[in-house]
Amino acid sequence: MQEFLRLLDKLVHMTGAANLTVGNFVMLAIGLGLIFLAIKRNLEPYELLPIGFGILLANLPLTRLMPENVAAVEVFKNGDFFGGIQQYGVLGVFYYFGLYYWNILPPLIFICIGAMTDFGPLIANPRMLLLGAAAQIGVFIAFFGALFLGFNLPEACSIGIIGGADGPTTIYTSAKLARHILPVTAAIAYIYMATVAFIQPPIMRLLTTKEERKIRMKQLRHVSKAEKVIFPAAGAVIIILLVPLSAPLIGMFMFGNLIRESGVVKRLTHAAQNELMNIVTIILMLCVGISMSAETMLKWETLKVLCLGLVAFAMGTAGGILLAKIMNFFSKNKINPLIGSAGVSAVPMAARMSQIVGQEEDPRNFLLMHAMGPNVAGVIGSAIAAGMFLTLMDAMGRV
Amino acid sequence: MAETDVIAPMVGKIIAVHVKPGDSIKENDPLVTLEAMKMEMPVPAPQAGTIKEVYVSEGDVVESDTILVTIE
Repeated sequence: MQEFLRLLDKLVHMTGAANLTVGNFVMLAIGLGLIFLAIKRNLEPYELLPIGFGILLANLPLTRLMPENVAAVEVFKNGDFFGGIQQYGVLGVFYYFGLYYWNILPPLIFICIGAMTDFGPLIANPRMLLLGAAAQIGVFIAFFGALFLGFNLPEACSIGIIGGADGPTTIYTSAKLARHILPVTAAIAYIYMATVAFIQPPIMRLLTTKEERKIRMKQLRHVSKAEKVIFPAAGAVIIILLVPLSAPLIGMFMFGNLIRESGVVKRLTHAAQNELMNIVTIILMLCVGISMSAETMLKWETLKVLCLGLVAFAMGTAGGILLAKIMNFFSKNKINPLIGSAGVSAVPMAARMSQIVGQEEDPRNFLLMHAMGPNVAGVIGSAIAAGMFLTLMDAMGRV
Repeated sequence: MAETDVIAPMVGKIIAVHVKPGDSIKENDPLVTLEAMKMEMPVPAPQAGTIKEVYVSEGDVVESDTILVTIE
């Protein structure tokens, strides 16, 4: 009888309910909140829904879905495959190999983004590259801010990249340089991307005059097929020659775009835009969610990263707008500075903001396509910034 | 009175047509709703007048420069 009671007691203690911590409750509430926003408010549901559910799973105790200490998992012993990760099931395996060990999910999703990107507006108006570059100022401000707040160099690089407003790039950089804060940087990057509509418009209105917001831009010229095919191939070669460590992201991005523009591999393009994109999104977003346990997230550092991310985002937005205003001093074809803010690479959310704020002032002003130029330039810009950080850390022996 | 052609501001899909020939409209009244990059945008009238011709219908995919509506 006593034996039975002891077993019963043990079984009760093995239920998740008996092991819930206060932190778990907080994270469960956040997870449910994200699911609510995704379903009820239609706020970036493709990202927030799987992330939210991943958070729920991550904060139910004793599931063994994820190793408690990923760094301590031994998959290779004496050079042989040992399989220490298998016991953690499908999500643990995805997280470990997809991000932590191989870091293949972000480059894979870049093929899909490339296949969905139209460089036409950028080719028609190449000076938009400058706006995409100017928006990366947020990356470097957050980088130095992070160093100032006591983060070490690899952590500061990972935090800075949040300012590029590119989820996969942030994840890739963190997974390479500072895996222990990957859940934090990834979560915060996606939170800010989902809230572009609240962060950017006030800054855009503040930094522009009514007259500037009313500037109508010359219709974009027609871009030939040859230009669209040459751009990704030549772009990949030039960028990778300059910043070799941006190759995993830029290479896949430009490859995805080349298959799209070539027109000869319609099945591959279709697969990259749909099936591959959807599969990788599910896995990547669940991985981000499942990594967000109470122990990793509920720390002071998270709050610091949240502030740095906001500063980075705001500065990136401002950087693009201000450069557009400066460029207007020197050029005849005026740029509406509202498209400068689209230089942060949240595609196409940032470009939509340019359209919305512009149309508030002048209902017959259509900035969306003009804003796609800096927007796609921003994706290239943040991938290059990531490559530069990786190169810097490599040169300093910190990888 | 002069005729004005309203052209599509960008590549996109017409998801609603709000006017028919003979309608009288005011400046900035929405003529059609255009969808591009998963975003819906009204295309407003550049001037007041009467709709002479509507060239597009719901579901059409238009290039930029496509004439949507003629106003007189």
